[in-house]
Amino acid sequence: MDALHIAINGVAHDLKGVDARTTLLDLLRDRLHLTGSKKGCDHGQCGACTVLVNGRRINACLSLALTHEGDAIITIEGLAQGDTLHPLQAAFIEHDGFQCGYCTPGQICSAIGMLDEVRRGQPSHVSGDGEHVELDDAEIREGMSGNLCRCGAYVNIVAAIRDVARQAPES
Amino acid sequence: MNPFAYERASDAVRAIAAVAADPDAMFLGGGTNLVDHMRLGVAKPGRLIDVTRLPFDQVEGTPDGGVRIGANVRNSDLAAHPLIRARYPVLSQALLSGASGQLRNMATTAGNLLQRTRCVYFQNVDTPCNKRRPGSGCSAIGGYTRYHAILGASEHCIAVHPSDMAVAMVALDATVEVLGPSGERRMPLVDFHRLPGDAPERDTVLQHGELITAVMLPALPLAAHSLYRKVRDRRSFAFALVSVAAALQIRDGTIQDVRIACGGVAHKPWRATRAEETLRGNPATPEQFGRAADAELAAAQPQPGNAFKVKMLRNTLVAALQELAGVAG
Ligand SMILES: Cc1cc2nc3c(=O)[nH]c(=O)nc-3n(C[C@H](O)[C@H](O)[C@H](O)COP(=O)(O)OP(=O)(O)OC[C@H]3O[C@@H](n4cnc5c(N)ncnc54)[C@H](O)[C@@H]3O)c2cc1C
Ligand code: SF4
Ligand code: FES
Ligand code: FES
Repeated sequence: MDALHIAINGVAHDLKGVDARTTLLDLLRDRLHLTGSKKGCDHGQCGACTVLVNGRRINACLSLALTHEGDAIITIEGLAQGDTLHPLQAAFIEHDGFQCGYCTPGQICSAIGMLDEVRRGQPSHVSGDGEHVELDDAEIREGMSGNLCRCGAYVNIVAAIRDVARQAPES
Repeated sequence: MNPFAYERASDAVRAIAAVAADPDAMFLGGGTNLVDHMRLGVAKPGRLIDVTRLPFDQVEGTPDGGVRIGANVRNSDLAAHPLIRARYPVLSQALLSGASGQLRNMATTAGNLLQRTRCVYFQNVDTPCNKRRPGSGCSAIGGYTRYHAILGASEHCIAVHPSDMAVAMVALDATVEVLGPSGERRMPLVDFHRLPGDAPERDTVLQHGELITAVMLPALPLAAHSLYRKVRDRRSFAFALVSVAAALQIRDGTIQDVRIACGGVAHKPWRATRAEETLRGNPATPEQFGRAADAELAAAQPQPGNAFKVKMLRNTLVAALQELAGVAG
C-alpha cells in the first residue's frame, strides 16, 4: 500500500510510491517541495511543522503520510489569497511577530487552529471548565505552548494573535 | 527508521489476527509516541496496522450514568466533551494539562494509556536500560532521576508512567475493554499498568495482539466535584514532576467518600488507597489531609536526585484536597 490521495491547499494529489516511513512533513517538503512547513525537532516538541488537517492543527513530523488518505491539508503556502495575506500573516508582519522566521509558519498555522478551537468553545488548562473561553493573553500563551520560538518573539506573537482575535470576534 | 509495511485496518478482528500472528507487527494510533520511538530506534516494528479508522470514536453516556470512551477518541475531543466536563472534570483537566494543542488533536485514548516512559535512558538507544533491553542494566539508578519514581520501583527500573489522562481515569475507577484473538476481556485500569518488578520491559498486562477498544467510566456522583493538579518545570507543555487527581464528597464536615490517584511518582498511575482509607469518615481538615498524605508516602523510596518529590507530592495532595474541601491551610 503506497498510493495516497490527498488534497493540499485545495489541490488534489494522487501520489504513488510513497514509502511508509515518510512523514507528512517530509512528504510536503521533499516530495511536493512545499518547504514552508519547517522541521525544528522532528519529535513533536517545537511546533515548527504545524499544519492543518481537515481544519485541525497537528504536528506533521509525527504523522505518517499514508495515514492521511483522503485528508485535506492546509499549509502556510495555502493561506494567502493571491497577493492578499491571511489576517494572521498580516498581523505577524504588523507586530514583528518573528525574527529569524523559522518558527513562523508553524506559529501561524497553530494560531489558526487555536482560534478555531476557542470559537468552538474548547476548554483549556487556563480557562478551566467554564462555558465561555475568554481569549486573554494567558489563554493565548497556553493555547500556543506547543510552538516554541528560539528567537523569543513571544510578546509580539501574542500581540499579533490578540489583534486578529479582536478583529474577528466570535460568531 | 527501519523499513516497515503499513496497513489501514477496516475490520478490528482482522487487524487483531494480523498483529497476533506477527511478533513484529504493532497497532498505530495517533503516532505521537510510536513514530517518535521508531525514529529513535526504540521501537522497530516490521508492520504497522493503523487502527484509527476503526469505529471506536464515540463518547457515549450509559443508562446508569457512566460514560464509555472509544479507544480512538482524540485527547482534545475527550477533554472538550460535555459529558466529561460535567461528570468528570478531573479527566478533562488532566487531558488539558498534557502535551500541546497539536498533540492532543492527534493522540488517541488507547495510545495515551500505552505511551511509554519518558526516561531519558530508555529513549537513548546507546545507554543500558532494562526496559528497552532486558538484562542490560538500569542507567537511571545512580544517574539523572528528577523524573523518576518514588513509589513502587524496583532495583531493575525506576521509571514512571508519563500519562496525565491515565491518572485521572485510575482515580475514577475506570475499566479497560480489550479485544484479543480469543475474544473480549475487561479489567480495572488500576490493574492494567504494572509495577516494574523484575520485568520492566512489560508496561502493562496487555498481550501482543490485544486491541484496546474502549475505556468505561462508572457512574460516580462524587466525581462531579473533582480536580487535577500538576506540578511541572514550566507552566505548560511539560510532563509532571508530580500530579494529583482527586474527587471528594463531604457532609457536615466529614469526608463521606474520596478518590485519589497520583502521577509522576510510579511505574503506573498510583491509586492512593492508604490516603483514601485515612480520609473516609474523618473530618475534612488540613491536618487530616496531611495525615492521609503521610500514610500514602510512608512507603516512599526516593532516589538521591528526586527526594524533593516526597514533600512535593505531600504538598500537592494536601493542596488539592483543601481546594476541593474549600478549606484554607
Ligand atoms: C513533546 C511531547 C509532549 C508530551 N507531553 C505530555 C504530557 O504532558 N502529558 C501526557 O500525558 N502525555 C504527553 N505526551 C504524550 C502523548 O500524550 C502520547 O504520545 C499520546 O497520548 C500517545 O497516543 P497516540 O494515539 O499518539 O499513540 P501511538 O503513538 O499511536 O501509540 C502508542 C502505543 O499504543 C499502541 N496502540 C495504539 N492504539 C492502540 C489500541 N487501540 N490498542 C492497543 N494498542 C494500541 C501502539 O502500538 C503504541 O505501542 C507528550 C508527547 C510529546 C511528543
Ligand atoms: S529507569 Fe527503567 S526505563 Fe529508565 S533506564 Fe532504568 S530500566 Fe530503563
Ligand atoms: S518539527 Fe514537528 S514539532 Fe518540531
Ligand atoms: S522567529 Fe526565530 S524561532 Fe521564532
